[in-house]
Amino acid sequence: MTTEMQNEAEIFRGTTLGETRLKDRRSVRGTPKTGMPAFVLGEELAALADTDPRIVVATADLASANRTNDFRARHPDRFFNFGIAERNMITAAAGMASSGLVPFVATFASFAAILGAEQIKTDCAYPRQKVRVVGTHSGMSMGFYGSSHHSLEDLGMMRAVADLTVACATDADHLRGLLRIAVDQPGAMYIRLGRGRDPKVYDAVPDLAFGRAVTLREGRDLTILATGSTVRASLDAAEALAADGVTVRVVDMWTIAPLDVAAIEAAAGETGAILTVEEHNLTGGLGSAVAEVLVDLPRIPFKRHGVPDRFVEVGPPAALYAHYQLDAPGIAGVARELLARKG
Amino acid sequence: MTERLHPDPRANTGAETIADRAKFIRTETLRLTRIAGAGHYSSTFSCAEILAALYYRILAIDPSDPDWEGRDRFVMSKGHAAIGLYPVLADLGYFDPAELETYTRLGSRYGDHPDMKKVRGLDFSAGSLGHGLSVAIGIALAARVKALTHRTYVLLGDGELSEGQVWEAASAAAHFGLQGLVAIVDRNGLCIDGHTEDVMAIEPVHERFAAFGWDVTRIDGHDIPALIETLEALPPPGKGRPQAIIADTIKGRGVRRMEMSLDWHVGNLVGEDYDDVMAELEAGLQPYVPYEPEPAQ
Repeated sequence: MTTEMQNEAEIFRGTTLGETRLKDRRSVRGTPKTGMPAFVLGEELAALADTDPRIVVATADLASANRTNDFRARHPDRFFNFGIAERNMITAAAGMASSGLVPFVATFASFAAILGAEQIKTDCAYPRQKVRVVGTHSGMSMGFYGSSHHSLEDLGMMRAVADLTVACATDADHLRGLLRIAVDQPGAMYIRLGRGRDPKVYDAVPDLAFGRAVTLREGRDLTILATGSTVRASLDAAEALAADGVTVRVVDMWTIAPLDVAAIEAAAGETGAILTVEEHNLTGGLGSAVAEVLVDLPRIPFKRHGVPDRFVEVGPPAALYAHYQLDAPGIAGVARELLARKG
Repeated sequence: MTERLHPDPRANTGAETIADRAKFIRTETLRLTRIAGAGHYSSTFSCAEILAALYYRILAIDPSDPDWEGRDRFVMSKGHAAIGLYPVLADLGYFDPAELETYTRLGSRYGDHPDMKKVRGLDFSAGSLGHGLSVAIGIALAARVKALTHRTYVLLGDGELSEGQVWEAASAAAHFGLQGLVAIVDRNGLCIDGHTEDVMAIEPVHERFAAFGWDVTRIDGHDIPALIETLEALPPPGKGRPQAIIADTIKGRGVRRMEMSLDWHVGNLVGEDYDDVMAELEAGLQPYVPYEPEPAQ
């Protein structure tokens, strides 16, 4: 594929530079291609499996989409394609885990966490099996594929399951760090990935621990608690707000369960205002989780920013992010409204 | 045959002993149900001979070493019949039978549906129907990855065959060539709301499994010699066709008023009724005659 063809393909997917038009005729620009990582899922798992015989990988007819075919190439005897049968795949992974394996099963988030919710709850979390369900293409990153392929409810659903670790990958290096600590975490886990073209946030593979969020930028006037695809946009929004003379702390809240309660308490006490940002329905996601902590603290200006409680329009992902104010200018605008409330 | 790494005192248990243990499963089910105040009598009675044949003769297991990696696995997909499995596990020495006095009481390890994190000797949790065959596939695939040669048995109810996940799993078992996977269907004919063929038909169930690529045997699930013969004639674990045994059974078998009755899926016998049914069970299985209740006076 030539560079031109690659660019055209990315423009078609709506994840890179290129003009698209919304029905309100507003022109928006996509995410810059520079630094966009493809999935490293299969490659990183293959590397981990080189030294850990417990690791096996399965998918449901999406080995190329989620790059688990990179794992298959190196460990064909430890790779299983279950076809388009996600529930069987997730439950079978629980069976494998009961025999001492650590299965990573990957498919689109809508079919991993939502179609497979009962299997995750009953067969993975309840018997505390070390199954890692990886939901790729989460949120509305499937763009014009429509709501059947969007996953704007998965964090809320997974967060409600006891004994289930829930984590969001931020970019390629973050995903590597997350997978490395995922192997030995007790019990079952849901790992939420974006489209695989999420912009770069980390300069190197971060040293992560479940329950410990990562502060990416310091600030005194406001804290943005962001997750997944919205972390880069939140950092860019913080940069824009700096021009206004406002300093904003940005925290990558990648660990949804367990949640970093101390980071939320510190943000409330030290910056006096909190904005949560997520590519998820406002009902049940990161904002809801943070609200559950803040309700026990002295009241501060607080806003949840995400997708309002409705099914979203179709469109290229970058256009959707702009439309729902989940790009940097949109987040900066919402932050300014919140700061005005702070006075 | 899988080489049994542990000495197994149960090998070659005779049909008479297995019949006695099936009776034990039924009487214990009666007794434990009285503790709970409600229990799944008839689904348990239909699989009593199957459970007894597996646990007292067929399965390569070691109650003194429940985590023995080379053991055969048993997945109880019809988890509502766990009341019949707990007494067997206790009887084999996995735990003290006295623990069963706590059955279903607050904080007990033993609930109506079985929890692998609480019950010693249980290979997987169950309760939500239609999952067990998938669990067994995972266990069988893990055996392949780890180069183990044990078998994986799973006991399915017939009603749960309406769950689509069972057929996802049926496809996968054949696709992966899991010859060491043995699915036994307790074909007792009834689900909660009626006969399976009235609620959601599953026949010809043996042809359905065969069409999915399984080797299928259909037998009388209360016929202990037939169970033994079928289970001992299975091909060795390895790459090949998965094995299905359709065990035609009578729901509620052993208690005349329960046999093929829709009224005893869940029930609780007390007082004289309890004593009468206990005596009936103690007398052992009688030839099956369809039950006709006496007309009301």
